[in-house]
Amino acid sequence: MELVEAIILSVLAASTPLLIAATGELVTERSGVLNLGVEGMMIVGAACGFGGAWLTGSILIGALFGIIAGMLMSLIFALMALGLAVNQVATGLALTILGVGLSGLIGAGFVGERITPAIHLHIPGLTDIPLLGRVLFGEDAFVYFSIALIIGVWWFLYRTRAGLILRACGDNHVSAHALGYPVLRIRTLAVMFGGACAGLAGAYLPLAYTPFFIPGMTAGRGWIALALVVFASWRPGRLVVGAYLFGAVTILQLHAQGWGVGIPSQFMSALPYLATVIVLVLLSRARTGGSTAPAALGTVFVPDR
Amino acid sequence: MRKSLLALAAGLLLAGSVSAASAADKLKVGFIYLGPIGDLGWTYQHELARQALVKELGDKIETTYLENVPEGPDAERAIEQLVRAGNKLIFTTSFGYMDPTLKVAKKYPNVHFEHATGYKRDKNMSTYSAKWYQGRYIQGLIAAKMSKSGVLGYIGSFPIPEVVSGINATILAAQTINPNIKVKIIWANTWFDPGKEADAAKALIDQGADVVMQHTDSPAAMQIASERGKLAFGQDSEMIKFGPKTQLTSILDTWGPYYIERVKAELDGTWKSEDSWGGLDSHMFAMAPYTNMPDDVKKIAEDAQAAIIAGKLHPFKCPVIGQDGKEIECKGGANLADGQILGMNFYVKGIDDKLPGK
Repeated sequence: MELVEAIILSVLAASTPLLIAATGELVTERSGVLNLGVEGMMIVGAACGFGGAWLTGSILIGALFGIIAGMLMSLIFALMALGLAVNQVATGLALTILGVGLSGLIGAGFVGERITPAIHLHIPGLTDIPLLGRVLFGEDAFVYFSIALIIGVWWFLYRTRAGLILRACGDNHVSAHALGYPVLRIRTLAVMFGGACAGLAGAYLPLAYTPFFIPGMTAGRGWIALALVVFASWRPGRLVVGAYLFGAVTILQLHAQGWGVGIPSQFMSALPYLATVIVLVLLSRARTGGSTAPAALGTVFVPDR
Repeated sequence: MRKSLLALAAGLLLAGSVSAASAADKLKVGFIYLGPIGDLGWTYQHELARQALVKELGDKIETTYLENVPEGPDAERAIEQLVRAGNKLIFTTSFGYMDPTLKVAKKYPNVHFEHATGYKRDKNMSTYSAKWYQGRYIQGLIAAKMSKSGVLGYIGSFPIPEVVSGINATILAAQTINPNIKVKIIWANTWFDPGKEADAAKALIDQGADVVMQHTDSPAAMQIASERGKLAFGQDSEMIKFGPKTQLTSILDTWGPYYIERVKAELDGTWKSEDSWGGLDSHMFAMAPYTNMPDDVKKIAEDAQAAIIAGKLHPFKCPVIGQDGKEIECKGGANLADGQILGMNFYVKGIDDKLPGK
């Protein structure tokens, strides 16, 4: 029983950065912009987040630093891809390359330093309930925030007028523009939201997961977040399922190795990616009900003035 | 692919960050690093060695390094860049630089190359590596003594001979203390992913391991063990900062003396192509101070270290029994031959797990 609880706790921790980053990217893509720079924004968020927390001793300030750093990175993207109408794929890749280099530079001063990681909630009585106590009432703030975030995004996209306009921009920017909506401004805000989320997701790693900073510590999580958005077919509900499924497979394959299940570890390491491919195939086979990509995703829009 | 893309990207960005001291007719010595010098592990230790070299011979040499150079074809360009910049002795510090180094070496017969952990040599290309399994043996003794649950946790990177021989040396040592010792092995299938290394450490501890050992590069596992009040060994570099009450010892890569020796040979004109595979006796690596253990355990570790240095103790002393219960053919007289250790692709008896790919 204790083992089950421990596994669930590990899964939640492993899934949270994926969920936060993917939520941001989902909003960005729903507005019709494909930002492949998630990994770059994340790693800069990690460096700045750690720096902020290390300098001030406050996890909250660290998280804010991460958010701001991610947002600034995304503004570079917005300037290029939206302002100057440069190819989004190339710009996104460039942003990742820039971020990896930049984070090494920013982080050079505090590599090898330590901070006290984010504290976990503890409510006497509730947290001590066997099996579910620590899972429900013993997480760090990032985990609760990530769940609130995705619920908020769902509500925004499907229950508010602004969300409807954002989706309209993503599906048909010409129509949205003709109706008088400021497509580029909306997209810029969506890109910035994506950057903020990526920055926060990156900051989660050194602030709560492994409390130190090393260049390259995001180790490809930004790319997984990108895959998750596709996996979720751009729907918040499926995104939650996808993120936790991904985290669960990652953690369970480690446990399976420890138990000595006779499956090659290389295969198990590849399982989450295999799952993504299978889901993609299933989704494209069964179009019924599944929302596909925003129609204008990745296309350049230059308003006629 | 994703990783190499990232590495390539980082390489493109940082390959420009060349550091060089200025001087005329000094011997130019170049270094190719895999990671950033701030990786706290593998590359960092090479950088420390370079600094030691500069401290010792700084008035006679000039050093240059390129960091974040991805393994594979791209490395060739970086190595050639160092040659063109006038470096006469070039250290390429990762296994994956083997073929690129060889190619450049053939092209420039007047430049000398030193390749770490590989097996291909040429008349102007040496190789060097360390017998880390000796350190793993000492760790195995300590682990068996310190473990209360009798279960050790081992995080592997890739099932290559260097890692497998480390696991075998560990368990063979541990069995001399506790014949029933168990080891749980998790392959991370990466050298460096702090999050995944932490997850692996958590999984091992959750499954009952109380001493965590790693053959991956970041201090994440140490930190998890520290958080959970367990014990752990560092890797490549000193990690006690991440677990002041946790680290038992750590295998420290100390390339400094070797680099100084080779550069001196180059200066004297006595450099020739060699294969150096040094152990504790040749200071190719060292053990971090034995901490967080009672004096009797410390004594066992120190005695073993002394015996290994004196050549009285060999981790792979015959007979070595394989997992199938059969004795491994003993090609090195009293011990397994170096070639058998360098190519080790089997588990010894007592590991109830399957070696991936077997």
